[in-house]
Amino acid sequence: MNTIIFRTIAPFLAALAGLFSVFVLLRGHNEPGGGFIGGLIAASALAIYGIAWGVAPVRRAIVVHPITLAGFGVFLASVSGFLSFFAGSAFLRGLWISVPFFGTELDLSSVLLFDIGVYFTVVGTISTIGLTLEEPEVD
Amino acid sequence: METVFAVLVGIFFASGIYLMLSRRTVRILLGIVILSNGVNLLIFTAGRLTVAVPPVIPQHLPTPENIVANPLPQALILTAIVISFSLFAFLLVLSYRAFQDLGTDDVDEMRDAEPAERRLPPMEY
Amino acid sequence: MPPSAIDGTLLFALAPFVAAALGPWLTGLIGSRAGWILAIVPALLFAHFTTMIPAVAHGDVLAASVPWVSAFGVDYSIRVDGLSLVFALLITGIGALIVIYAGGYLKGHAHQGRFFSFILMFMGAMLGLVLADDLISLFIFWELTSITSFLLIGFDHTRAAARRAALQALVITGGGGLALLAGFLVLMSATGASSMSEVLALGDAVRDSGLYVPILILVLAGAFSKSAQVPLHSWLPNAMEAPTPVSAYLHSATMVKAGVYLLMRMNPALGDTALWTTILPIFGGATFLVGMILAVKNTDLKQILAYTTVASLGLLVMLTGIGTKLAIEGAVLYLIAHALFKGGLFMVAGTIDHETGTREITGLGGLRRAMPVTFAAAALACLSMAGLPPMIGFVAKEVLYDGVWQAGGLSIALLVGLVGNTLMFAVAAILIIKPFFGRKTETPKHAHEGPPSLWLGPLTLSVLALASALLLHDTTHYFVVPMASAVYGAPLSIDLHLIPTKISAPVVLTVITIASGIGLVMVFSALRAAFAGLVNGIGWGPDRGFDQVLRSLVFLASGLSDILQPGRMKGYVMITFVVTAATLLIPMWVFGEWPRFTFTWPDAPFYFWVVFAIAAVSLWAVLVSATRLIAIVTLGIQGTMVAIIFMLYGAPDLSFTQFMVEVLSVIILALVMTRLNLSPSDHRSWGTRLRDGTVAIACGAGFALLLIAVVEQPFDPRLSDFFAEYSRVIAHGRNIVNVIIVDFRALDTLGEISVVMTAGLAILALIRLRSRHRRFDPTRPDLDDGESLKEAARDA
Repeated sequence: MNTIIFRTIAPFLAALAGLFSVFVLLRGHNEPGGGFIGGLIAASALAIYGIAWGVAPVRRAIVVHPITLAGFGVFLASVSGFLSFFAGSAFLRGLWISVPFFGTELDLSSVLLFDIGVYFTVVGTISTIGLTLEEPEVD
Repeated sequence: METVFAVLVGIFFASGIYLMLSRRTVRILLGIVILSNGVNLLIFTAGRLTVAVPPVIPQHLPTPENIVANPLPQALILTAIVISFSLFAFLLVLSYRAFQDLGTDDVDEMRDAEPAERRLPPMEY
Repeated sequence: MPPSAIDGTLLFALAPFVAAALGPWLTGLIGSRAGWILAIVPALLFAHFTTMIPAVAHGDVLAASVPWVSAFGVDYSIRVDGLSLVFALLITGIGALIVIYAGGYLKGHAHQGRFFSFILMFMGAMLGLVLADDLISLFIFWELTSITSFLLIGFDHTRAAARRAALQALVITGGGGLALLAGFLVLMSATGASSMSEVLALGDAVRDSGLYVPILILVLAGAFSKSAQVPLHSWLPNAMEAPTPVSAYLHSATMVKAGVYLLMRMNPALGDTALWTTILPIFGGATFLVGMILAVKNTDLKQILAYTTVASLGLLVMLTGIGTKLAIEGAVLYLIAHALFKGGLFMVAGTIDHETGTREITGLGGLRRAMPVTFAAAALACLSMAGLPPMIGFVAKEVLYDGVWQAGGLSIALLVGLVGNTLMFAVAAILIIKPFFGRKTETPKHAHEGPPSLWLGPLTLSVLALASALLLHDTTHYFVVPMASAVYGAPLSIDLHLIPTKISAPVVLTVITIASGIGLVMVFSALRAAFAGLVNGIGWGPDRGFDQVLRSLVFLASGLSDILQPGRMKGYVMITFVVTAATLLIPMWVFGEWPRFTFTWPDAPFYFWVVFAIAAVSLWAVLVSATRLIAIVTLGIQGTMVAIIFMLYGAPDLSFTQFMVEVLSVIILALVMTRLNLSPSDHRSWGTRLRDGTVAIACGAGFALLLIAVVEQPFDPRLSDFFAEYSRVIAHGRNIVNVIIVDFRALDTLGEISVVMTAGLAILALIRLRSRHRRFDPTRPDLDDGESLKEAARDA
């Protein structure tokens, strides 16, 4: 995969796919999409980048180790569950608030936080798998 | 239509199981992937089929307007797909490592845990 | 006795368990002196039970109960009558002495605290057993005694013999306990009673019940195993592997008597039938004789005592079986006498062992001067054991002879009793003569008197054995009459005399016993040699049988797992799918529930069929692919077709996910497969292909038929409708699938993403795991996060 064309467009493709993944994640509650799909798209974006430029740049791009992202995702999802305790309701009960945002109403919710957790878990795990396998023999 | 699906599901299961009965780890893996797809289709069909109406509520209504596809099996399958992918990846890496360490992809030759020569069980107290 | 006190007993009876919890801590604090402190608990309980004596002697039955498992009608209930009171007094009284004795005997042992804990737990269990009224709680305490006895016998668990003895005791008495449970359950279903009081009130109904025989056999199996009746007796002598306080307590005075207790307890309900009066005397008599023969044969003090205990238990079972008033009085008296002299003698044996270093009776002699207090205790105990005046043992023997004589005159039972008692006399004489009289012998340790904790127990019990005979009138009034009445099931009036008032059959029999006993003592060595020859001549016993049974079990299990777990992956997979296919197809076949096949050619657009066809063909291509490239590509194709099917049937989310996963699967599969030089195809012989194909097609057909059968059923849309209806209204989401995932069933999803993350972690761990054959290459540290480098540095 060392063609110049691929190497050149790969970062843009990856960035675009990453952006798209966030879009899919955020619209998931009302239209087809959501954390699982978004996460898979983001992971493919990283895969494209990795195939074109190798593993090390990808690792640099996401700063932390990908499994940390997965752990962060599960953590986020759990935290979103505990939020409802402050409202005195059961674990994982959805909470909604509307925030004014540049003249429009933005609906924020613990459910969205949960979905973001799912997104991170999927990105983290699948890029862990991909990066680990793409790496040349370590030992 | 469900009957046709049932036949298709049967073919998925039969192919997957035939592959899983192989001695080569890679073939077993392929079998597992196909079997997961078969299971997903089984759940999907058991929740009845509805052509081309996604379970999404229109913008202006509180509930779906007409009959939509059954959302429950879809939710089950969605997570199942991701989990079976994780399982597949794990098994792939496992067989990869097994090949590196044991030098074989033939499961009959992987006898470290259960050696072919059985020792008698301990008889003392 | 005010009624509130018996309610307190419910609580007090559990005190030994509390003491058991404190035992190790207290021992850690003050060492072996903890024995004196811990003994306060049973001593107080003993005092508590003595307050009940007048009421019980008056004929009252004290009872109290609290619900335990109300759902199953199980209560924690106690019932104190003459029988259970005597047992409770023996358990707590001897228990207190034993705890003190153990303080001295195990002084300095690393696990003395643990020992206190075990023995107090046992005490609690035994007390619960004899007090229990509810049948299920009786069973629970019964099994608890088996378990605690397992712990106590295996106390010295570094020795294989102790482990074997513990296991044997657990298998036999625990197995018997299960039979007892079955018996109780049958009894409960036959009579509707759930407590002993109810069962006793229903005596005739039980005996006339059609289930009487199974009830009797199951209850007897439990009682006989616990009370070491032939052929289940071998665990008791082996249990001598336990420290001596255990033998003195469990294997003479208390636990082994649990079976006898049960027989006595149930005598009013189950007894007095032809079966009862036949089985019990036969087994009891056989046990009596076998036990005595083995006791004579052995030379180890504890073994001798153990076998005489087996014999005594046989005698008790025999007397309970005969079941006449006098026989039961004899049994009651003998039970009390035996607990007093045997408990004491065991402690004496332990003291001798402790102070001289040996228990071999042939290697002991002349200890009379070195250990005067122990000698005094032993002498009194042996007098009682031999059945000589003025001890309680003498009274017991008089009454039991009288009972057997009046029940059947010159019968086999009488002969058995005579022979057994004669041997018992001889053994008792040898037990006192050999170690204490004669010439002083050299022993491993220099013999001297033990500390007070070691002689207090035996001396107290022996003095009691004397006092109870001297104060026979009170003994009879307060203990024997209430207990015998409870066993007999009707009030009895008993008049006993220490000194026989007239020449009667018992007196004659006693004279014969003593005379021939003295004769046997003269020729004891020859007798021992003869019995040893007899036993060795037979060569096989239940003890060896136990080994054989256990070994065959292990062989059977090993053979079975060789078949079920052949160690070949294909075998496991094969079994799984053969069973799956059978599970799917056989019920349909047996119950004739094949789908109805109301098949109409579906009206689907042309491209639907194309998708199905491509999916089927790509599956076929995966099966027959000759190169790994074809395998990977065709695998991708079938997955993509599944994605398209999802799309066609209104599942865009699924379709998209499936598609992404398919792409990623192909990528990682290609990554790995290019690294390994593997052939993706396998060469199966035609026979194997036929077999595998049959299984695969059977499974596939099974699932297809199942699915057809499922969709033929009317669809229940309640759940799906619920989600559709409320998705927007209460969860504010229009994509119902997503709302289910992240809101309605978010807990499931949380679990699922945890699984996904764990899979990632496992993969990482697998890759990082260093191979057995390769080493980390320090020239390429950039490829790793530095973890391996650090590891390598550490290793170096």
